[in-house]
Amino acid sequence: MLDQIRDLYQEVVFDHNRNPRNFRVMEDANRKIEGFNPLCGDRITLYVKVNGGVIEDVSFQGSGCAISTASASLMTEIVKGQTEDEAHHLFDIFHRITTGKNNEAVNLEDIGKLAVLAGVRAYPARVKCATLAWHSLQAALKNEADTISTE
Amino acid sequence: MNNVSVSQAAMPQNPAQSVPGARSPKPRSNTTGYNVANVREDFPILRQTVHGKPLVYLDNAATTQKPKAVIDCIRRVYENDFSNVHRGVHTLSQRSTDLFEGAREAVQKFLNARHSHEIVFVRGTTEAINLVAQSFGRSTLKEGDEILITAMEHHSNIVPWQMLCEQTGAKLKVAPIDLKGELLLDEFERLLSPRTRLVSVSHMSNALGTINPVKDLIELAHSREIPVLLDGAQAAPHMVVDVQDLDCDFYALSGHKLYGPTGIGVLYGKEKWLEAMPPYQGGGDMIRRVTFDKTEYNVLPFKFEAGTPNIVDAIALGAAVDYLEAIGMDAIAHYENQLLQYATARALDIPQLAIVGTAAQKGAILSFTLERIHPHDIGTILDHLGIAIRAGHHCAMPVMDFFGVPATARASFGLYNTFEEIDILMDGIRKVIEVFG
Repeated sequence: MLDQIRDLYQEVVFDHNRNPRNFRVMEDANRKIEGFNPLCGDRITLYVKVNGGVIEDVSFQGSGCAISTASASLMTEIVKGQTEDEAHHLFDIFHRITTGKNNEAVNLEDIGKLAVLAGVRAYPARVKCATLAWHSLQAALKNEADTISTE
Repeated sequence: MNNVSVSQAAMPQNPAQSVPGARSPKPRSNTTGYNVANVREDFPILRQTVHGKPLVYLDNAATTQKPKAVIDCIRRVYENDFSNVHRGVHTLSQRSTDLFEGAREAVQKFLNARHSHEIVFVRGTTEAINLVAQSFGRSTLKEGDEILITAMEHHSNIVPWQMLCEQTGAKLKVAPIDLKGELLLDEFERLLSPRTRLVSVSHMSNALGTINPVKDLIELAHSREIPVLLDGAQAAPHMVVDVQDLDCDFYALSGHKLYGPTGIGVLYGKEKWLEAMPPYQGGGDMIRRVTFDKTEYNVLPFKFEAGTPNIVDAIALGAAVDYLEAIGMDAIAHYENQLLQYATARALDIPQLAIVGTAAQKGAILSFTLERIHPHDIGTILDHLGIAIRAGHHCAMPVMDFFGVPATARASFGLYNTFEEIDILMDGIRKVIEVFG
């Protein structure tokens, strides 16, 4: 009966929602940003440690739906150790897949584990849930101040 | 359709509280003399499936669906009678004017206003409140003056006053609520100061369902000669509203929450205030005589209706209130209260569910959270079962902050909802819990 919804809520999503990875405050972060989705009230605090263009560590805190929590959790796992450019590039592809815009040249393999979130395509109202953490990361990487807020 | 006479007794009856776990017997629709099957027949949109399931529309606090009487009215006017109002000498203009002014009289009767010129057509509750803020507020308030609202207001009864405060140097005071979602009356009274120039409170909270003791609040304010605006966006569709009995100074409502069209709403204002207030917007229709030196404003209510109004939607709002009066607002209030009591009792049977807003006096709104499941996920899964609810902050972020939740799921009932739909909702909630394990 709820088979269709399993495209959106895959086991990996449930797993990351129940046990989010890197869900902690990072005392020695050199970037910190508050991400906020005013439409739904989801909030995320993202902590990033960047050194010489490499994301050495990333963690988050906050409250959100299963999609936004799982997306943030997956993101922290994946971008840890990546260069800023690699993270930007990955988000670009992920964004194209989730919004269904300009996605002719991309395929799911290009986003690896993030493919479990591709089901959000069918739920336009939920795309922002999946991209909140990524937008926050972009903002954090762009700004070099210690504390940045999008608000 | 049942013809139930409309009583002028203004307040809803109804303790919505139930003993936890006590399953209230499902009242049969016909024991109330209310024929919901007939009512549903009047709403074409309800006859559809969503994701293969019959639509269960429980987002009535956001907006209501439209009866055929309203839909047909819009079509009929555009096909037969439409022209601009208050202007032409030709037949169609006269017909449109008669229909438009007839709608004003229908609303006057619906709210039991003393005069039809106390009914100003606006776009909705938001515009009605902004009109009072900018016209009454700006011409009256001085630095250090105060406006008193409550902690359960919708953003549209917060932000216009914050803007006014910035413009005038006035201060916004907020009367607190308790964990049931009830206004703390002592605190409210304490906050009525010699500098309070206006009280603006929600008649019924959209996020919690709380029905405020507005008659008491108005008495407290009036004993200090402070006028009171009631935000009636949620209350008007669900209970008898008698502005003379309430003795409120302003009453704001939205057509689209009252089974009428979007883009049309009403500001009721006592004649003495509307007469004294400056116009809100300038333009055509609101003037009596214009020269480049000076403009003489039109009489009420036209002084506040600059430009060509939303003619057809106003006429259709008249059709909506006629429709509601034919059923009877007290019959609707009684039926919806039964729906709420039943839904509340069934919800309390679900251990993982917490109801947000448990005031003794409540309208048919069930705001809730589920342990460790975000309202957005609840909303998406229920949608797959054909059930439309709202998930979010309900344009009442301060209320969410007060209860320490980012959002709630909200099922809000209307005159066409059934006990069976509540069963479907509860089964759906249990499925959500199952899916999330």
